[in-house]
Amino acid sequence: MKKTLEGSIAVAEAIKNCEPDVAACYPITPSTHIGEHLSEFFANGELKSYVNTEAEISSIAALIGASAAGGRAISVTSSQGLAYMHESLFCAAGMRLPMLIVVGNRSLSAPLSIWNDWQDSIAERDSGCMQFYAENNQEAVDLAIQAFKISEAVNLPAILGMDGFYLTHSVEPLDIPEITEVQKFLPKRVSAVKLDTKNPLTMGAYAFPQYYQGFRQDLHKDLLSAKTTIKNVHNEFAKQFGRKYGNGLIEEYNTKDAEYILISMGSAAGNAKDAADELRTAGEKVGVLRIRCYRPFPSEDIAKALDGKKGVGVFEKAYSMGAVPPVYADVSEAITNCKSRPQLSSFVGGLGGKDVTVDSLKILFGKLKKGVCKEWV
Amino acid sequence: MNPPNAKPGTSVENKTGSWRTYRPTVDFKKCTKCGICASFCPEGCINIDPKTGAIIDYNYCKGCGICAKECPSKAITMSLEVKK
Amino acid sequence: MGLKGGLGARELGGLEHNYLLAPGHTACAGCPMPVIIRHVLDVLGKDTIVVNATSCSEIISSQYPRSAFKTPYIHSLFENTPAVATGVVRALRAMGNDHTQVVIIAGDGATYDIGFGAMSGAMERNEDIIYICYDNEAYMNTGVQRSSATPPLAKTTTSPVGSKIHGKVMPKKPIVEICAAHGIPYSASASIAYLPDFKAKLEKAKAMKGFRFIDVISPCVPGWGYDPAISIELSRLAVETGMWELFEIENGKRKDTFKPGQLKPVGLYLKPQKRFKHLSDAEIAGIQKGILERTKIPLLKS
Repeated sequence: MKKTLEGSIAVAEAIKNCEPDVAACYPITPSTHIGEHLSEFFANGELKSYVNTEAEISSIAALIGASAAGGRAISVTSSQGLAYMHESLFCAAGMRLPMLIVVGNRSLSAPLSIWNDWQDSIAERDSGCMQFYAENNQEAVDLAIQAFKISEAVNLPAILGMDGFYLTHSVEPLDIPEITEVQKFLPKRVSAVKLDTKNPLTMGAYAFPQYYQGFRQDLHKDLLSAKTTIKNVHNEFAKQFGRKYGNGLIEEYNTKDAEYILISMGSAAGNAKDAADELRTAGEKVGVLRIRCYRPFPSEDIAKALDGKKGVGVFEKAYSMGAVPPVYADVSEAITNCKSRPQLSSFVGGLGGKDVTVDSLKILFGKLKKGVCKEWV
Repeated sequence: MNPPNAKPGTSVENKTGSWRTYRPTVDFKKCTKCGICASFCPEGCINIDPKTGAIIDYNYCKGCGICAKECPSKAITMSLEVKK
Repeated sequence: MGLKGGLGARELGGLEHNYLLAPGHTACAGCPMPVIIRHVLDVLGKDTIVVNATSCSEIISSQYPRSAFKTPYIHSLFENTPAVATGVVRALRAMGNDHTQVVIIAGDGATYDIGFGAMSGAMERNEDIIYICYDNEAYMNTGVQRSSATPPLAKTTTSPVGSKIHGKVMPKKPIVEICAAHGIPYSASASIAYLPDFKAKLEKAKAMKGFRFIDVISPCVPGWGYDPAISIELSRLAVETGMWELFEIENGKRKDTFKPGQLKPVGLYLKPQKRFKHLSDAEIAGIQKGILERTKIPLLKS
């Protein structure tokens, strides 16, 4: 049944229907509304446990504890809040604890800005957590449900990025899967490895040099092999709920016959699709590749989609200061596996809420035709 | 799938008795089986045998001397460990 | 009070080890912290989950692939234990387990300093957690740096004895009172030299719900600089000299659980410790004066 809802409320509804054991949140713009609604569900007896933490670092710590005890755990945050969770993200992943962190994507200080970009979650790309980016609020709702299932299947934390304000605060008609349907898709979490007084276990031992690197390498390998699970869960969801987003890892939009492709993530990819549509009407062979899953990075799918293209540009709302933009860097590595490598350009924009319009993205397609380009736009 | 978890109680494989410089010896004639040495032993490696008295597991005893110091009847003496 | 008096000794033949903290842990010889943990687990029993902060207690007990803990145990980070424990207990209760005790074991660095925000939050929410701080009054695991639990004038590697500054300047935080001020049901101090007192406090805490805190003095052989045989003796002298008071604050009401009739001179406690070796007679007299004013107990007449 479709309801007209704000993105944050819709995601909160979806989370509620996933029946988490513990939600632990701390307010931060623009993700605050999600936590507010979760606390309201708790006050109405519709959520089992809600922890008003005194800081984000404790939100994720509560998730670590809840997940280790075998529970389903969720937190929401943004920007500095996610940065404050930094060390714990590495720890949660290393300890193989499934959990979901919904991020209302926002810039990082300084200067202080509450507006959207992806610097917050992209800064956590090396943590071992999975990262998904929703294009619109329907996908954010669907991804929340999928992310729990993926996370609990591969025993790794999941970060779900939804663009701050563009998604968190926009209101549109959305389909919130009913609790009975969600239960069929996402059964109660069953964990064999947990804190259980009947079957004691020491979790979070420390490792000497002869073991440490092996654990980290295993984490990397397991994160890579999570790609199969992500695709499978996405397909399973599509089958039950009738909504599909590419192959679960990437979404190709008019790429088959396209000569020029713009790559992006999140809501910016929606604008890129509109830009490409307008150019198509004018007879230009352009398409869009949307990265839905940023970690693990779908290199193989990207290389396949880009093979033989004339020009490809990456538009991203993040930068690796003193080096090159992060998504561009990953795509650069991915296309080394193309038989016929496209010319790769990089566009960085939308930082701290800088407007990303359809027209401005149309210009980027124009730039691709002229050759390699590396620009802040 | 390889989280850094460990099996409970497996530290018994670490035979910390090899650390010992001084060795406690119990004089069973003096031992009243009060259990104070066992209570305060940092290794938890002293048991009280109801028949004989304090039994020290030298596999783990690090030779700290707390048992000797705390024994109210001075039944435990510390002497330099003779390594074989 | 002997073996049967609840001192926690095992009446066993041979060499069976049935404590919930196994031997083979790698604490320094003479370290009283494993004794504290063992007695905590002895009282709380098998239906207990340990949440450990990064600390000596962690590194001596859980070096992969081995562990000294026989109860379920989790360690993740340094500053987050009260929140990890919150997550554990909330999940247990949400999944219908209303009986398992969740106990935090943390040092004074995690408690007084880096984890204090998380602890304050958990106390304000009155989470159903028992918190045991083994208080060795400095960051021992990293090599004896001062914490806000370090007593004034004590020498540490970051409160050195210089020509201008003589050891730690600031006082020790009154953590038991600070915790009680959060409105938690139980906050107490303890010393393992007074084992029946400590165990009675544990029993009391065990029977209650909500956030329960016990700060236990835990002398540190290398950090304080003394002969390992006197760890328990120092835990006793701390109380006998009035350096460490044994009390509890139950639902806001303070009670001394043990009060010496007369205090031993504080020099007896300070002099065996290298961290106080630099103290002048005037400084020791100053500490003595402070104790007498604070405790209002007369000094033992020699």
